[in-house]
Formats: sequence, C-alpha cells, structure tokens
Amino acid sequence: MEKDKDPLIGSMDRRNMLKGLAGIPFLGAFAIGWWRKRRKDHYLKNVFLQELDIDSSAPEIPASPPKDRVIRLGIIGAGGRGSHLLRGAGFADPELIQRWKEASALDRGDKRYEDYLAQEDLNVELNGVCDIYDVRAEKALWASGNIKREGTDADFLPKAKRYHTYQELLAADDIDAVIIGTPDHWHAQMTIDAAKAGKHVYVEKGMTRLLDETYDMVAAVKESGICFQLGHQGRQTESYIKAKEAIDKGLLGKINLIEVCTNRNTPNGAWQYKIDEEAGPHNIDWEQFQGPYSDHPFSLERFFRWRCWWDYGTGLSGDLFTHEYDAINQIMGLGIPNSVASSGGIYFFKDGREVPDVWQVACEYPDRDLTLLYSASLASSRDRGKVIMGHDGHMELGNSLTVWPDRDSTRFKKMISQGIIDPQRPLYSYVPGKKNVDAVTSATEAYFAGRGLLYTYRGGRRVDTTHLHVKEWFDAIRTGTQPSCNIDQGFEEAITAQMALIGYRQNRVVFWDAEKQKIV
Amino acid sequence: MRYSKWQLRALVILRVFIGWHFLYEGMVKLIDPDWSSIGYLLDSQWIFAGFFHSLAANPGVLSVVDFLNVWGLVLIGLGLILGSFTRIATLGGIILLAFYYLSHPPFLNLEYALPGEGAYLIINKTLIELIALWVLLLFPTGKQIGLDMFIFRRKNV
Repeated sequence: MEKDKDPLIGSMDRRNMLKGLAGIPFLGAFAIGWWRKRRKDHYLKNVFLQELDIDSSAPEIPASPPKDRVIRLGIIGAGGRGSHLLRGAGFADPELIQRWKEASALDRGDKRYEDYLAQEDLNVELNGVCDIYDVRAEKALWASGNIKREGTDADFLPKAKRYHTYQELLAADDIDAVIIGTPDHWHAQMTIDAAKAGKHVYVEKGMTRLLDETYDMVAAVKESGICFQLGHQGRQTESYIKAKEAIDKGLLGKINLIEVCTNRNTPNGAWQYKIDEEAGPHNIDWEQFQGPYSDHPFSLERFFRWRCWWDYGTGLSGDLFTHEYDAINQIMGLGIPNSVASSGGIYFFKDGREVPDVWQVACEYPDRDLTLLYSASLASSRDRGKVIMGHDGHMELGNSLTVWPDRDSTRFKKMISQGIIDPQRPLYSYVPGKKNVDAVTSATEAYFAGRGLLYTYRGGRRVDTTHLHVKEWFDAIRTGTQPSCNIDQGFEEAITAQMALIGYRQNRVVFWDAEKQKIV
Repeated sequence: MRYSKWQLRALVILRVFIGWHFLYEGMVKLIDPDWSSIGYLLDSQWIFAGFFHSLAANPGVLSVVDFLNVWGLVLIGLGLILGSFTRIATLGGIILLAFYYLSHPPFLNLEYALPGEGAYLIINKTLIELIALWVLLLFPTGKQIGLDMFIFRRKNV
C-alpha cells in the first residue's frame, strides 16, 4: 500500500496524513461525549445536594482531652464482655494476644494484632480485679500487667490486686472508676454501691433486671455526681451520626414506622456459651453469684448461660433489644414509648431456658406519630437490618447507610418525573472510611456497602467501637462532662426494656405515665 | 501485513472501540476522588485470590495498584484510539484484562458480592475483550491507520 511513498519526513501526501491521524476524530467524539455526560452528572448532583441540603463530610473523631491524670481502674466481672472492655481500656489477656500474633504471622491479612497495637493509650492503671470465678480473675490479673500488649512469650507480672467481694474493691483507695461487667442481676446494686463510694461507673447493658431497682440506681448516680456510662458501644458507630444528620434534615419526610431486628442462628448466639471443663464449686463462689436474688442449687449451666434465666437477666430484652432501641434513640431522641406490647415464645431452643428465643416488641409513640417495631429470632440468620420508613423515603442502616427515595413521595414527585431522582437507586449513601458522601450512588457501591465488605474506619484506621466507648467515658471523667450514654439515656433504655419485658411476662399492653414517671 | 480495504476498516474499528472502552473506564476512575480498587480486589475468588487480597491489604501497594490501573487504562485507551505505540498498548491491555479475569473468573461454585452485568459460564466479556486484543496483536493496524505511521516511519519504510 505504501511502497511508492517518499521516505522523507514532511513530504507525506495528504491521504497518508489523514490515515495517520484517523484516531483524532474518535478522540474528539469521546471528548464531546465525556463533557456532556459530566455536565449532566454535575447538574444532577448539584440539584440534588441543594435540594437535600446535606453536609457531605465524614464525621471527625473528637480530640482527646489532656490525659496527664492517670485514671485508676477496677473491674467487677471479667468474663467474656468484661475482658473485651478491659481490652478496650488497654489491658488484654496475653493468651489472646498470643493467638492474634500467631494468626497474623500465618496470614498477613489478619490485622487484629496490628489494629490492637495501634489502639490509643488511655493512661489508665488497672488496680483491682473482682471476679467470683478464679480462672477469669486470674486472666484479668495477668491482663492488668500487660501494659505493653504482649503475648504469653513476654516477661511481666500481674499488677492489680484481686478482691474476693466487690464491696472490698469499692472500698479500695487506689481505685477511681469501675467497669461492671457482671450478669444483669448485679448491675443496679453494684452501681448504687459504687456511686456511694464515689467511684465512676461504666456498666454493661441491659442496665437493670427489675423495674424498681432502675429508679434507685438512677437516684444514686444523680445524687453522687459520678461519671456514668452505659455500655452501648453503638453510640460510637459512625454511620449513626450521619443517619441523625440526614433525619434531622427531613430527608425521609414524615417518619411513621421504624423496624429493628435481631437475627442469630448459632448456639453461642442463643447464649449456650461454652462451659469451662475446669469450672466447678471449688473455683466459683456460687453464693455470691446468686446474692439475695435467687437460691438455686449450684449449676454450671446457670453460671455460664445465665442469660437464659429470669433470675439473672432479661433475655432478648436487655441483651439485644436495648442495643437496637438505643441506636434509634440516639438518632431520633425517641425517649420512653407511650405504650409497649410484646409477644413471643421458646420456639427453637427447648433446652430448659425460661426466656423466649423468638420475640416481638411494638412501641407506640403517638406524640411522634410513629411505631418502633422490634423483631428477633435466635434461630434464623436472615439479615434484616434497621429500616426507618418515612413518606418521602426510607433509610437502611447498619455500618453503612443508604437512603432510598419513595416512588410515591410528595416532596420528590417533581424530581422523579423529571428524571433527576430514580426511585430504583439510592438517594444518598454513606460508607464509613470513605472520604465523602455520595449523592447518586452506583448500585454496585450500595450493594457493597450493604454487604459490609468495606471496613469501618475512624481517622483512616479500623477501630473497635468498644474501645471508643470506654475512651469516651475516661475523657468525660477527666473533663467532668457527661458521656453519650449517660444515666438519663440509660433510664430511657431501662424503662423501655422493662415495659417490653413486663408486657411479655404479664401478657398485657404496658403504658408509661410520663407525669408520674411510672409504668401502668 | 496487507489487508483488503474492509479487513483494515474492521480491524481499526475494533481497535478504536476497545480503546474507547479502556479510556472511559480510566477517566471515570481518574475523576472520582473516592475510587479505589480495594473492594474489587477484596472480592477476588479462586486460586489467585490470596495474591489480590494481599494487594488490597497494604495501603502503599494499593495506591500503586490504583495508580497503575487508572493510568494504564487511560494510556492504553489513547494508544488504541490514536494508533500510537499500538503494540505496547495492546500488550498492556491484554495484561490488565488477564488480571481482571484471573481475579474474578466466572467459574462454577465461585460467588461474588459485586453483581455482574450479565450471565456467564467460564467465558465472560473480559475474556472476549482480551482475545480480541490478541487478534489485534496478530493483525496490527497502527502503522497503517494511526500515529505509529509517523512514530515508526523510518524503521519500517
């Protein structure tokens, strides 16, 4: 084809020149297409953001106050949850760290050890340990000396003193604050005694087991002026902060129904926790475990799986309903419902337990014109998430957040008809760890977020919400402020959980008399 | 290589269209400040999954992968459309597509979180695009229709 051409540069004929530059028009067409698409996207996004009026930045982590003052900590109840809280405060069981270290050596993708080492040092000393089970007390003692977060191969000694009763621990001079991680039946009395002793308290949820003790606990905390934090670490979840912003801006329109759920499908998830082989009456102080609350003969099952009996806990109500309720309460400030109806039964785990494994709660808020519906199964792992439903859209909430426009929305009617809003696509989504909030998110991204495939970050790294919640309590102690899940929030949680529980156990609708602050 | 007029046209159109696809994929990622291959890499399955997961695990490596991917797509796209350094662009395209395919092969028993846009068994569009580039590698057109005419003029005439 080109044999007859002159080889000199610059003397190419016009026809050949065109052949050489044949790609340019395609590039031009590409550029025009690109520009037009960008202009359209830009327009849609601007119209959107203007209409939605949303701050697209990610939440910041508040800076820590000066930590020059050491906080001297004690722990009462260092079992599964208690040891997690200790870890969040900086005291990890060396055996666990050893396992994490070995796991990360085998699999570089296993970041648990690395993330734990990166956890902020809170300048805390663990001076006292009280657990009525020797094995767990021993573990917590070792953790108290493990300030460098090492495994079993390191050389260090326990630091804390072991106390055999919690009263002795509360009397100690070298303790400013206590974490209470015992079963629920002890929460109220221990908090009351700690408050009287002037010790700050972090207590696990559910806050109380009985209605009456709730009032005594709140009064004791308020009179003493201690810094109190209830253990709903969901308060630290990044997406809830963005959810609150979106809801406060009225993105969903008039919210009328909120659906929250628990789904689990394992023996462990249904509180059939492992019973230690080494455990027995010789290393468990059964009398102290029961206290004045019950007089059952020694039972390993009741000790390790206490959540299954009314003597020690409140079943789904205190353990899991409270987390869901508190998530919504922090976002929407619902407070105590006007009425609660609940129902359920022991439908799957017929292992001698007293508490239901399938359970529903309907909380009515006529002042807010909405219902909060909780539904739980411990024998199906279908993931239903939290859904907040409004007239203009609904929000799916987990670690990520997605808002879907409603096809019959009044507010968005015009934008839907103009094609600016597509009811098939999310209106707004927020994925933790991403720099910005997306308007007009791609379906792929929403799908990803929903599956939780993206890590949860704070300040660019993965963090444990339990650590953040414990840290917030320490910060509040140092600055003399109130943490996010203070006693007022705790009161609303406890009363709501009690209403649900009483409704189930007495098979009736339970009402709240806001004036008298009483359940009727 | 000598082609008939219609053979040459068909090959050039194929080349330009694949280039267009590469360029657009690259540009979309380039202008999205939040774009990262992390999700895609983490979703990888099959025997090379460990390798792709390890790329995602290290933020330093990930940023290099993201950079190479985005600029690779853009430059390959430009190369194929304009017919400049066509052979290198074609080879680069084959390598990129091989990575995409091997990280997410549509085999039986492999499930992905990311939804696919079609239904595939073993052969998917990535693999077909890869084979199309192979064809273009064997039937080059850059020096007949494209800037390679000027770039490689002396050597080849």
